[in-house]
Amino acid sequence: MSFLEVKNLKTYFHTRAGTTRAVDDISFSLDKGEIVGVVGESGSGKSVTCHSILGLLPQPPAKIEGGNVSFDGGEILGLDPPLLRAIRGKRISMIFQDPMSCLNPYLRILDQVAEPILVHEDVTREEAESRAMEMLKKVGIRDAEGRANSYPHEFSGGMRQRAMIAMALVTKPDILFADEPTTALDVTVQARILGLLRDMRDELGVAVLFISHDLGVVADVADRVVVMYNGKIVEQTDVLSLFENPSHPYVKGLLACRPTFETKYHTLPTVEDFLETETSSDGSLILRERPDSQERLAALEREVEPSACSDITLLQVDALKVHFQSGGGFLGKPLEVVKAVDGVNLQIQKGQTLGLVGESGCGKTTMGRAILRLVHATGGDVTYDGSSLTSLSGMELLPFRKRMQIIFQDPYASLNPRMTIEQALIEPMIVHGLGADLEDRRSRVVDLLEEVGLSSAHLRRYPHEFSGGQRQRLCVARALAVEPEFIVCDECVSAMDVSVQAQVLNLLRELQDRRGLTYLFISHDLSVVKFVSDEVAVMQAGRIVELNSSEALYQNPREEYTKELLHAVPRGDLETLRQRLH
Amino acid sequence: MSEKTPEAGSSLWRDAWLRMGKNKAAMASLGVFTLIVFMCFGVAWFCKDPNAVTLTNKFASPSGEHWMGTDALGRDLFSRILYGGQISILVGLIATAVSVCIGVTYGAVSGFAGGRPDALMMRIVDTLLSIPFLVVVIVLQAVLSVWSSDTSSWIVQHWNWDKTFTDRLTNIVPLFFALGLFGWLTLARIVRAQVMSLKEREFVEAARALGYDRFRILFRHIIPNTLGPTVVYATLTVPGFIMYEATLSFLGLGVEAPNSSWGILIKEGANFMETHPALLIIPGIFFSLTLFSLNFLGDGLRDAFDVKASKD
Repeated sequence: MSFLEVKNLKTYFHTRAGTTRAVDDISFSLDKGEIVGVVGESGSGKSVTCHSILGLLPQPPAKIEGGNVSFDGGEILGLDPPLLRAIRGKRISMIFQDPMSCLNPYLRILDQVAEPILVHEDVTREEAESRAMEMLKKVGIRDAEGRANSYPHEFSGGMRQRAMIAMALVTKPDILFADEPTTALDVTVQARILGLLRDMRDELGVAVLFISHDLGVVADVADRVVVMYNGKIVEQTDVLSLFENPSHPYVKGLLACRPTFETKYHTLPTVEDFLETETSSDGSLILRERPDSQERLAALEREVEPSACSDITLLQVDALKVHFQSGGGFLGKPLEVVKAVDGVNLQIQKGQTLGLVGESGCGKTTMGRAILRLVHATGGDVTYDGSSLTSLSGMELLPFRKRMQIIFQDPYASLNPRMTIEQALIEPMIVHGLGADLEDRRSRVVDLLEEVGLSSAHLRRYPHEFSGGQRQRLCVARALAVEPEFIVCDECVSAMDVSVQAQVLNLLRELQDRRGLTYLFISHDLSVVKFVSDEVAVMQAGRIVELNSSEALYQNPREEYTKELLHAVPRGDLETLRQRLH
Repeated sequence: MSEKTPEAGSSLWRDAWLRMGKNKAAMASLGVFTLIVFMCFGVAWFCKDPNAVTLTNKFASPSGEHWMGTDALGRDLFSRILYGGQISILVGLIATAVSVCIGVTYGAVSGFAGGRPDALMMRIVDTLLSIPFLVVVIVLQAVLSVWSSDTSSWIVQHWNWDKTFTDRLTNIVPLFFALGLFGWLTLARIVRAQVMSLKEREFVEAARALGYDRFRILFRHIIPNTLGPTVVYATLTVPGFIMYEATLSFLGLGVEAPNSSWGILIKEGANFMETHPALLIIPGIFFSLTLFSLNFLGDGLRDAFDVKASKD
């Protein structure tokens, strides 16, 4: 028998709207010293599984409908709260996605790391603190002695996640549940945290249940992988055979729809190319492999990239600077200048895509906004199609607002919740005087919706009635309503599941081919940028450190920073995986 | 994806209304409040003259003639309560309307402008808030009532309106303004905070990128999104204003005879509390019922607009 064994676990949510089978009859196991990755898209039930095991779900609305969880030989499902508390944090610990909200901002790091020892063991405060200090050193906090008395906000994101891991491991638990522990972190930091988790497993023999939406990340740490879809486990196997020879159509789709450095497709395959779903009479989903999936894939491979190369410079940025003043104010500290964008030069050719990559806080978003004059540039010049934008006043800018558009990261926040889709799409046409009358505008809206893959039946709906992917399509449609030539895509697929991401990326590609659009594609995800871009600029601390054609930059990075970034990206391909395992 | 007739979507307002429908306490309160309003503004016209004095029939017990008895001057209590309710409810609603208009506009402009104009506008609010509300209303009421008697005679002279009616009108109008002019302060702060967080939202930035002007962004995109909390807060201020009116009238500073209000009735009733408690208790019941139902209604609306609570 395995150390942790989950058998036929069922967790349902009973709400007014009906019953949701969040976890539907799943079984898996975890052995000592093993790292098992649980992969699934949002809503697949991976977090609920882990919370069910530890009895952390609010009941109601959640209810565990059946199953067993045995841990070290004893049943822990439905155990008395005091007995369960003795296991939680002592024998099974947990780390979460957002290290900022999971640390108490009012307590010093050392106190927080020592707290689990004081709660679970009968030791003196001094002893607990010295063990906590030792653990902080072990997880790689530099100058641990000097920094242990700091508060969480004085730590960077990566350091906070290290402190969380120290806090979880300080009681020498047998099992660590890691719920998306690196999702909120930059790639370079993520790579270090993943390395740390592997080291801790080797050193302390702790078993890890690693939950993630990202197959690439899981390939970097896990020994075995459990893939969940819609509350059920669709495949569980060791990591190598999952990547070498996936058996379930959903897993095949998931693996194929992720853009990687090696992706050669012009249009990405989607999960729908592999998987057919059908709702059976009793309401459960039936999953089937598409009979024509091989042909579909072959058709995608045959597609050739249209040679839409042009030499006309659409956008030119010269020595662009955006400085913010922070502090100051009436009686505050003296002014401090944050140089978000500090002297950037670049050019975008008509019909091409420039990818802009960088870690959080490097100024890439500010730069996109400064180009569109959504934030004020402190210095430098932006020239669009021969005219300088930086000196234009509000009214003079209006014709350019029509030609340049932006799509944001969060499709939930970028649509006005109180306007129907029709209103939201007609409004820009009214402002820019497009369309002859209301009838004409309505028919344009219908065309737009169809162009982005939505139905005209959705016209009178409100944004909250759509899924995340559909909303992003709506944002694209709104941007297209004014018939722009140039679109800034600001992390526009970053918040999405990979399968939805593939659809939106395909949509952007398709629109570019059809309408000859020019994109500035801002993202922290180097694989996605590689897929969409003709040229790539790498940004660090407000400056462009390297700019080259996409192929050249990924093949032969010149700068140290670019190399470091590329090296840190979880590749999720067989070659890297084999290297790690051998 | 062929041609289909668009299905009507469900707006956030409709969703909120549906959630509200499931809240029994709130719906019952809505019923009680509607009933009281209907009685005061509908049934009242068919009742006896609330100011008809019959000294021979004072302190009468409830009877077919006088459903709730009569007061110290033999006036019909039921009819006085309904007419008094007109003033009390009007004061509550109109003062709220005044404070919503000022508060939403002021708060929205302040939050949207940001920077120095915002700092200045908010310091003004802070200053006004630091002055005791009641004192200001008393002073304002005194100043405005001089104005009101002047206005009254002016209207009678130039427009030939009925003098009694004009007097009654000009007696209560200052009260609406005195209450409304100071009631907007908290609302302005609430709306300002809402606007400040809304203007950072991406849909506002998208609107700027689409070239919408500030006026359109503020009035079409930002303010409608603040209305949920505003409606909730406004519902909860109505009983507050009714209470202030009663307090002022009780102190002899609010509504004056021949107008009456629940505050006046309670004040009069208090004089005979020991001998004829019904004169205090019956108007008190109407007053409390109204306040209770409005408070429950406000709570219900708050829950209905709170999307977090609606997820279960």
